[in-house]
Amino acid sequence: MSKRKEFDFFDKPKTKRGLWYLLWGCCVGVLALQFVASPKPHFGFDTFFGFNGLFGFVSCVVLIVVAKGLGFILKKPTDYYDD
Amino acid sequence: MMTNLHPAFVLFAAAVLIPVFLGRWRNYMLLAAGALAVFCVYSLEPGYSLSASFMGLDLVFMNIDKLNKVFGYVFTINATIAFVFALRLTDVRQQLAALFYIGSALGAVFAGDLITLYVFWEIMAVASTFLILARQTPEAYGAGFRYVLIHLFGGLCMLLGVIMHIQTTGSTVFTTFSPDMISSWFILVGVLVNASAFPFSSWLSDSYPAATVVGGVVLSAYTTKTAVYVLLRGFPGWEILIVVGCFMAVYGIIYALLENDMRRILAYSITNQVGFMITGAGIGTAMAINGAAAHAFCHIIYKSLLWMSAGAVLAMVGRSKCTDLGGLYKTMPWTLLLGLIGALAISGVPGTSGFTSKSLIIMAAGDQHLTWVLMILEIASAGVFLHAGIKFPYFVFFAKDKGLRPPEAPANMLWAMGGLAFLCIFLGVYPDPLYSILPYEMGDFTVYKAGKVVAQLQLLTFSALAFFLLLPLLKRTDTIALEVDWFYRVGGKLFYRATDRVMNGLNTACAAMVGRAVQGFERGARRLPVAGMYLVEMFSSETPSEENRSFPIRQKSIEQDLDLGTLPIGGVLLTIILGLAVVLALCI
Repeated sequence: MSKRKEFDFFDKPKTKRGLWYLLWGCCVGVLALQFVASPKPHFGFDTFFGFNGLFGFVSCVVLIVVAKGLGFILKKPTDYYDD
Repeated sequence: MMTNLHPAFVLFAAAVLIPVFLGRWRNYMLLAAGALAVFCVYSLEPGYSLSASFMGLDLVFMNIDKLNKVFGYVFTINATIAFVFALRLTDVRQQLAALFYIGSALGAVFAGDLITLYVFWEIMAVASTFLILARQTPEAYGAGFRYVLIHLFGGLCMLLGVIMHIQTTGSTVFTTFSPDMISSWFILVGVLVNASAFPFSSWLSDSYPAATVVGGVVLSAYTTKTAVYVLLRGFPGWEILIVVGCFMAVYGIIYALLENDMRRILAYSITNQVGFMITGAGIGTAMAINGAAAHAFCHIIYKSLLWMSAGAVLAMVGRSKCTDLGGLYKTMPWTLLLGLIGALAISGVPGTSGFTSKSLIIMAAGDQHLTWVLMILEIASAGVFLHAGIKFPYFVFFAKDKGLRPPEAPANMLWAMGGLAFLCIFLGVYPDPLYSILPYEMGDFTVYKAGKVVAQLQLLTFSALAFFLLLPLLKRTDTIALEVDWFYRVGGKLFYRATDRVMNGLNTACAAMVGRAVQGFERGARRLPVAGMYLVEMFSSETPSEENRSFPIRQKSIEQDLDLGTLPIGGVLLTIILGLAVVLALCI
């Protein structure tokens, strides 16, 4: 019996490594775009290079850490409300 | 051709026609009804009004302007595509519930007076409950019960406000409310319940994920967005809405990050996105109102798309927890690809509809120099990408392969998702048709300013970096996260137990008291003749001997005498005669 080979592109370690490179490359790329067009500052303290990137990164880290912290109190087993 | 036919009428008529059509023809009929409703909205002329008088009240069934036409368009377009998604659905209950639900949502947004608004508001609550109950699981029954209770509470708040408003002003017209009137605040609470604003938010994440596959898609669009419409029309510029909206935007993200169920993640992202719209209503400028209306339009489309992709996974795999899913890209690539477009759109990636609509609200906040609002909205924009943009597709379609090999979703589901995905991209690259139907003129406005695009790309790319770097912290656990509903789910049980203790305790105490009183009467009734005889003997001439004088001894002897019937008659007779003489004397 011949079995069609499964599409498992994203499971390959090589692909995963490639995607990491792509992500870092994108980060560098979007920072480089600031040389082409600079975002308009809004807050007064956001005039330095790459502010929006840093803002996004820090916001997400804070959100994840806060969610993780709240999880210790709020996360319960799925049968929590069962009688 | 201008027909000015109420689009809700088309959907209600389709509900009446359901028994006439059988099998697949019924699904085609629903599809045709949806398309006809889109045409009806298109043909409605702004300024047109349809009114009637009922019991001395002026009812305005339709009062058309540009604001409610935006909602009318997206409600009917979404309904039509949802009927494509549900083309294989054979459950009549869901079809009927969906028609009444969507029809009443249209009735509510076109309503020109508060009574009509309220009536459609309540029909919407009841009809939508059946989309949850139709899942027929114990969880769905519980969630449906809680859902209808909380919506009836919201409806009653609204009704109270409406009655007070009509009593005070003498007018039923639905127009901008004044913060100086207490009735406005009751109406606001009623509307905020439907908008899933904190602390009335938990019903959404409790009930929508418990609904059927089609039910989830339909529910995601109407209740919260009807509430957004009422806020835009009735409460523009109320500053409290900025606080409410910003809180919702962040709260939705935190909970979406805690959640394990894919449809619950999407439910929380509704709360998050509605937070943006409510902030827009609170800012209240022309740009903010346009932004909120445009965002509601685009949000309904990409959110339906996301619910469809999650629904397709649920329909094919029968699971919805991230811990049970993973690696589905191998066999459901189309569902992934189309869902991914929705995920990019909700994240506001330039080139998608999320960018062209959400940016308007953020710009409006910037124009008003609301720095902290701007900052929270930017944080929320980054957070949306985190949970709905990456977390949902990553854990469902990639992450760890759970060995699931379901077939691809049926063609009708893929076509529906394809239609919505097309709209997400179309409105992203060419938003002008959307801008042209917004309530206020946009002029030659363009959202694609190079600096803005670069800022958004930086924000999102580094958000993605944060997600993948902190992936170990985001590991899924088979848990639920406690919400505000804890207070009525656990609090309700505690209240039940406390009431049980107090009321049943009172019951037992009363029963014991009555029992003891009856026993006392019985004992008294038994002793009365003995005591009477004792008294009679005391006053009679037949004085007992010394040893018989004490009561216990005499009691025993009298009891014996009573049993044997040997009583000293003389004394008794004397007492009776004397007693009768006294009674007679008193009577005379």
